[in-house]
Amino acid sequence: MSEILRCENVTKTFGSVTALNNVSLTLESGKIVGLLGPNGSGKTTLIKLINGLLTPNFGRLLVDGDEPGIVTKTKVAYLPDNIYLNGWMTIRQIVEYFEDFYEDFSPACAYEMLDRLGISPEKRLKTLSKGNKEKVCLILVMSRRARLYVLDEPIAGVDPAARDYVISTIINNYNPEATVLISTHLISDIEQILDEVLFIRNGHLVLHKSVEDIRAEEGKSVDELFREVFRW
Amino acid sequence: MNGYLDKSRPVGPQIGELLCVAVVQGEYAPGQRLPSVRELAVDLGVNPNTVQHALESLGEQGILYSVRGSGWYVQEDRTRAREILTRLRREKTAEFFRTMQFLGLPTEETKAFVKEWEHE
Repeated sequence: MSEILRCENVTKTFGSVTALNNVSLTLESGKIVGLLGPNGSGKTTLIKLINGLLTPNFGRLLVDGDEPGIVTKTKVAYLPDNIYLNGWMTIRQIVEYFEDFYEDFSPACAYEMLDRLGISPEKRLKTLSKGNKEKVCLILVMSRRARLYVLDEPIAGVDPAARDYVISTIINNYNPEATVLISTHLISDIEQILDEVLFIRNGHLVLHKSVEDIRAEEGKSVDELFREVFRW
Repeated sequence: MNGYLDKSRPVGPQIGELLCVAVVQGEYAPGQRLPSVRELAVDLGVNPNTVQHALESLGEQGILYSVRGSGWYVQEDRTRAREILTRLRREKTAEFFRTMQFLGLPTEETKAFVKEWEHE
């Protein structure tokens, strides 16, 4: 098992607000990790730091040994929490765009997943339903052969049937060389596919544990433990 | 997620239990290759590493064996799988009778209750 992500005393402030406070953690490859916390706890800040969209005020963060930058962007596949693609583009144009952008992107893999969903590549993105748009974004991200997949709230906006699709897509694309980091507050829907969880509250990392250990030691599901830790 | 699995207990051993049932019931016959880890994980809706651990544990118990680069196969001798399944059925039944006792029915009355249930 090699180390894919390391945070050392990472702190990020926005003016007087501390979004992340002295967070230290390491993630190994071959894991599916849940990044769990209530709204405003710092999940998206951590994700943006991993992607180099923000830089820490203190501490450092390494992706496969490098600070976020050009090198790490070739290894990290990022699904943001909002759709950023141009609606007027057809799916095929977007696939070609990704192919130009990322060396590790497999168009064949993307077309196969689109075909299974019955989404025609000739359609313009804006003509799809919200759920299908989100599925297309997930397909594009999962069609890369990345070392680290960072999925920010991949199931928040979709119905339960689509959630099952998202979950099976993540399992189907699992590869022992890569790690998947999934942020969510919908824990009961996703906990069964996780290896480990990170609980963050008010910018602090309060728990980093294997889910099987949580079940064995606490006799609780992750969702139950989360409700206990984050009770008002 | 499969309806049998309980998220408040470790899932790995529960996957092992489901695989024992499949072996004993002949869903996977002796000598037959099991679906891949990924297929099992998608099918059960669980983490692939957890499936892998369950398979390894059944390998150690002599219920399955692995062939490098090919996958997991069912052992010819299914005695151990039968033993595990029988033990599990006993445990679950004992648990049921205990619960019914809390609900005011002693074991003998519970048996009568179950019998009636069958005729319903």
